[in-house]
Amino acid sequence: MNKEINPAGAKDPGKGVQWINVRYLPPVFISLILISGHFTYGILEDYKAILLSIGSAILTELILSRVMYGKWKNLSSAYISGISVGILTRSTFLWPFVITAVISIMSKYVLRFKGTHIWNPSNFGISWMLFMAPFSMSGLSIQWGNNIWPMLVIWILGLAIVWRAKRLHITATYVISFIFFSLIRSQITGDSFFTEVSPLTGPMYQLFVFFMITDPPTTVKNRKAQILVAFLVAFVEFILRLNQFIYAPFYALFLVGPVAMIISLQLNKIKLLKGKAIPVTPA
Amino acid sequence: MTDSSKQRLIKGSVTFTFVGILAGPALFNHFSENSPVREHAVAIESAMNRYGFYLRDVSKQSGVDFEHHSPVLDPLIEPIHPQIASMGASVSVSDFNNDGWNDFYVTNSSFGHRNALYLNRKDGSFIDVAGEMGVADLNKEGTGVSMGAVWADYDNDGYEDLFVYRWGRPALFRNNGGTGFEEVTENSGLPGWINANTAIWLDYNSDGYTDLFIGGYFREDIDLWNLTSTAILTESFEYSENGGRNYLFKNTGTGSFTDVTRETGLTSTRWTLAAGSADINGDGFPELIIANDYATDEFYFNDAGKNFSEIGKNSMIGFSPKSGMNVSFGDTYNNGKFGIYISNITEDGILLQGNNFWVPYESSEKVVYINAAGQLGIENGGWSYGAQFGDLNNDGFPDLYVANGYISGEPGTSYWYDYSKVTGGNTAIISDIRNWPAMKGRSQSGFQQDKIWINNGSGRFSDAAGNKADHENFDSRAVAFADLWNRGTLDIIVANQNNRLLVYKNNVNPENHWIAFELEGTTSNRSAINAIVRLYWDSKSQSQVVTGGIGFCSQNQRRVHFGLGNNTVADRVEIIWPDGHQQMIENPGVDRIHKIIESR
Repeated sequence: MNKEINPAGAKDPGKGVQWINVRYLPPVFISLILISGHFTYGILEDYKAILLSIGSAILTELILSRVMYGKWKNLSSAYISGISVGILTRSTFLWPFVITAVISIMSKYVLRFKGTHIWNPSNFGISWMLFMAPFSMSGLSIQWGNNIWPMLVIWILGLAIVWRAKRLHITATYVISFIFFSLIRSQITGDSFFTEVSPLTGPMYQLFVFFMITDPPTTVKNRKAQILVAFLVAFVEFILRLNQFIYAPFYALFLVGPVAMIISLQLNKIKLLKGKAIPVTPA
Repeated sequence: MTDSSKQRLIKGSVTFTFVGILAGPALFNHFSENSPVREHAVAIESAMNRYGFYLRDVSKQSGVDFEHHSPVLDPLIEPIHPQIASMGASVSVSDFNNDGWNDFYVTNSSFGHRNALYLNRKDGSFIDVAGEMGVADLNKEGTGVSMGAVWADYDNDGYEDLFVYRWGRPALFRNNGGTGFEEVTENSGLPGWINANTAIWLDYNSDGYTDLFIGGYFREDIDLWNLTSTAILTESFEYSENGGRNYLFKNTGTGSFTDVTRETGLTSTRWTLAAGSADINGDGFPELIIANDYATDEFYFNDAGKNFSEIGKNSMIGFSPKSGMNVSFGDTYNNGKFGIYISNITEDGILLQGNNFWVPYESSEKVVYINAAGQLGIENGGWSYGAQFGDLNNDGFPDLYVANGYISGEPGTSYWYDYSKVTGGNTAIISDIRNWPAMKGRSQSGFQQDKIWINNGSGRFSDAAGNKADHENFDSRAVAFADLWNRGTLDIIVANQNNRLLVYKNNVNPENHWIAFELEGTTSNRSAINAIVRLYWDSKSQSQVVTGGIGFCSQNQRRVHFGLGNNTVADRVEIIWPDGHQQMIENPGVDRIHKIIESR
């Protein structure tokens, strides 16, 4: 999911004393979700899957960063990818957790355009596996007990974090768009508005809107473009939902994200040639 | 090699590896056993050679033409009627007239459709005698529809009595010497209305009388034919507590029952679908395991017949919520310890809960279980309901049959997308029928094949679903094992929702031997429910428990059946009676049924 909430080169958005580096907020937050979710709602049937996915992601990152770039990378991104895979997927086997984590991290090193990776790593890995290996893997089936209180806590904390990381506009655009398209879908399908908006109240979406679509290295750099892309993700998801794709949000980001990145990087190159753009630090 | 060519080589290698890994999952699925394209059909001869048995549907030849009908409920339920009305097909085996041949009772679930009691005519055929015996017409407006039935000699008169649980008024029938049944519900102390989906007989206080546990599904104040609200569904798909209450009725020994639910601590209100009882810790008092839909399962330790302590979470059995729909016991390792099989839901790519097989964790001083279903290869069933352990090929190791299939609607359609859309939502959304998209005849995990998993004796099970000469992919619910023709084999009866009952005759390799025991309690309850039988042969041993209902809405034959492989000698059998005392018989003869009366 999220690599680093604070984009490379951006100023620290907070003022005053920093009690924690903002780049570590997402891993801390997602770890808290995992731990509290497990001990209150038993979201991990056992520890093997999550340990394997985190371990596989970190190991892959270590090896590839060393082999390909000759340096050791900060592992918070790999940690988030691994933990995301462990939370967002389910399997009665262990190997899908390893494979998903490995291809998530590998996608960062292989699927690159103009020096930067274009897919959110865990979005790539999870989408690929859900599409290609449906007999071995499924998405998150835990719902925090369908209880409103944990949902509210996660929403409030999540919103606070994306606000602090200056990503609130992305999350807000997506959520508002989703609600808008839910209304349209309810008119088309004949199902109630609550039925259509219902997925948004579940934990899969909470993780999606706070960690996946806000990922700085795989989102476009311009604020207006970010809003447009978030809207387009919701729109493509709307189309996919009308075609009954259960994992529509993952697939929508999988389709829209890289296209947006390629266009953005291409436009940036043109502007750079005209001397109007700031060079993008490769991720 | 230059740095740049070295770099290119590294990049090329990483890319090549990446592409290979991407292709891996698809290839795995294509070639794996789980792929739906794999054919399971096996010819009869090769089935016999490979697994030592095969099954043949003999329903029609044996005179069994029963068809189950789902209930028609309040019009407010209509949009998701197939989901709500998805249970009620049950089967319970008993020799109700004590002639030494197994008979069986099956339930229907729609007003005007009758339950059936199939009397074994000893010539290979059965005849429905429910009408003349007074146990047929139980699905009527005002009293509800049948969901299942269990047999036990609650009054210790030597004849098995019948309890029928319904979405409605429970019904107790006293067996009049095998010639008919008298309804005795009125003064029995049983409640007026329960939306029950499970009941089992057990002797929880080991006083020599069978007590009765009933598990509620919908709340007991809900009349599914006269709804006052559409908010009747589960409040959560994981930790729901708004289901029907459970009941434990203590048999007073005078023909009536006392509600001891509260004083024994069985006060949970989850959506109970199955229960099983066995003396797990060997203290002479049976434990109670409860499988719950939409919640964690429960494991109740029996404190000397006085009350129960719930240790589900600490034992791990009740740690993670799934969709518990079955409880059955199997000594799959032949080590004298019961594993507990709880069925759940597995739908490829959507919901991979996997069935659980809980085995005691040996090195722990605490009561801790680990889920060994994956390790044994008995995890991925489908939308699983009933499951039974029994030695289908008489090779000395208990095998497993799992009933699968939820709703077979229009072929090629699926309700899963709409289902997943709602289930992720908040309580206020999921609990109200109005928020659920209409099913409109669509399927959901329908047309699934039942699983037959054969224990190879070395810690793995093989899928032998092709061992049926006749394939039917009905929405199976209840499964019962019984030697229907006294041949020393376990035949199988499968009750299917909204479809016909299937009776599978089991044809077993004649080189394998067997032995069976029919117990009769004297100081213990006469049905010997909760007795444990442990057989020793050829340096092996295996334990089985006599149950008063096991699986999902089902009851196996009362006698316990052991396969012996090609051994012609059984060393000894130990019987631990429900009141705790033991009885041993040396060298019981093989290939025969032993009638054992409890020694005083």
